[in-house]
Amino acid sequence: MTIAAISEQLGNVLILLFLVGIPFYAYCRKVPVYDAFVEGAKEGFPTFIRVVPFMIAMLVAIGMLRASGAFDLLNQALLPFLTKLGIPPEIVPIAILRPFSASAANAVVADLLHTQGGNSFISHLAVIVASTTDTTFYLIALYFGAANIQKNRHAVPASIIVDIVGILSAVWITQLLLQ
Amino acid sequence: MLNFIWLLMMVISVVVGVFTGKIPAVILAITDSAKFAFTLALGLTGVMALWLGIMKVAEQAGLIHLLTRGLRPLLRWLFPDVPANHPAMGAIAMNMAANILGLNNAATPFGLRAMAELEKLNPYPGVATNTMCTFLALHSSNLQLVPATAIALLAATGALHPTDIIMPFVLSSLCAVIAAIVISKILQRFSGYRPLEIVQREGATQ
Repeated sequence: MTIAAISEQLGNVLILLFLVGIPFYAYCRKVPVYDAFVEGAKEGFPTFIRVVPFMIAMLVAIGMLRASGAFDLLNQALLPFLTKLGIPPEIVPIAILRPFSASAANAVVADLLHTQGGNSFISHLAVIVASTTDTTFYLIALYFGAANIQKNRHAVPASIIVDIVGILSAVWITQLLLQ
Repeated sequence: MLNFIWLLMMVISVVVGVFTGKIPAVILAITDSAKFAFTLALGLTGVMALWLGIMKVAEQAGLIHLLTRGLRPLLRWLFPDVPANHPAMGAIAMNMAANILGLNNAATPFGLRAMAELEKLNPYPGVATNTMCTFLALHSSNLQLVPATAIALLAATGALHPTDIIMPFVLSSLCAVIAAIVISKILQRFSGYRPLEIVQREGATQ
């Protein structure tokens, strides 16, 4: 069995363990599992209604930025500085796009995997950088939307600093261990 | 903060669009992104209802209680403002467990539930608490035990040893986790936690 197949199997087993294992255990402890599930699932739709305006606001602004070519400009402007920090030029667009849009960053990763092959160091680094950070702006919009928060205090700067630390340590540690 | 960033993002798009001649693409992106945001949220709703249902089952079976009790020392240290038996703690614990196991689809519903529960504890509704900011910063560090998707991607494109990435990945995630804890504990001292009306009044006079 290939490693890709094993990791996929592992994911499937985990999901089934949660999805079937939890109700199974609950049923043995005499919980009315169906009723409990439905009661919990009812909260899904109210969350959708709370979250949707925040997601539209954030994703429209990010979509406009992407379409305008602003990310390419930012990429060119930051390239000399970021390569000086040790980030390979191929990785720079991933580092810039990742906090804004997972799909945009994944497109760059997919392109690198395609052109450089999965066995190259750059491909390894690309997937690590893409996985150590999260879609910060989307997350902030989504999570604060769900709680109806209007003043988010230090959440934005804190999360951005965490992203920068994540990206830089990913680049440095990977170069140290794999190159 | 987000008011300014949001406006800045749109103004930059228009200014850059004018220079690059991509204004038609920018305008197309507006409606496209709005539609995409809606379908994304709708897709999220189905998954969310599913996992919130499972969470309720786990709650009634006492599993969440077990999990929070196991993680209590860590959770009490990270989030000292949340009472140990509050539902918010359970949702945070479930979110972390799902994230670490790489179940991103499950982690989001638990995280949203955690935020909604934290807001119930908030003495100044509408203003983010320290707990919320720490929780979000931690979320940004994306800690997982095994980056399954990344390994699968590498393996699918011909890597001979795709599991090589586990060690550097876990180490750099840990750096980000430490940064998240340190940074949010430092920044929370400088960003005043005041009732919403006062914050808004200050914002208006600036």
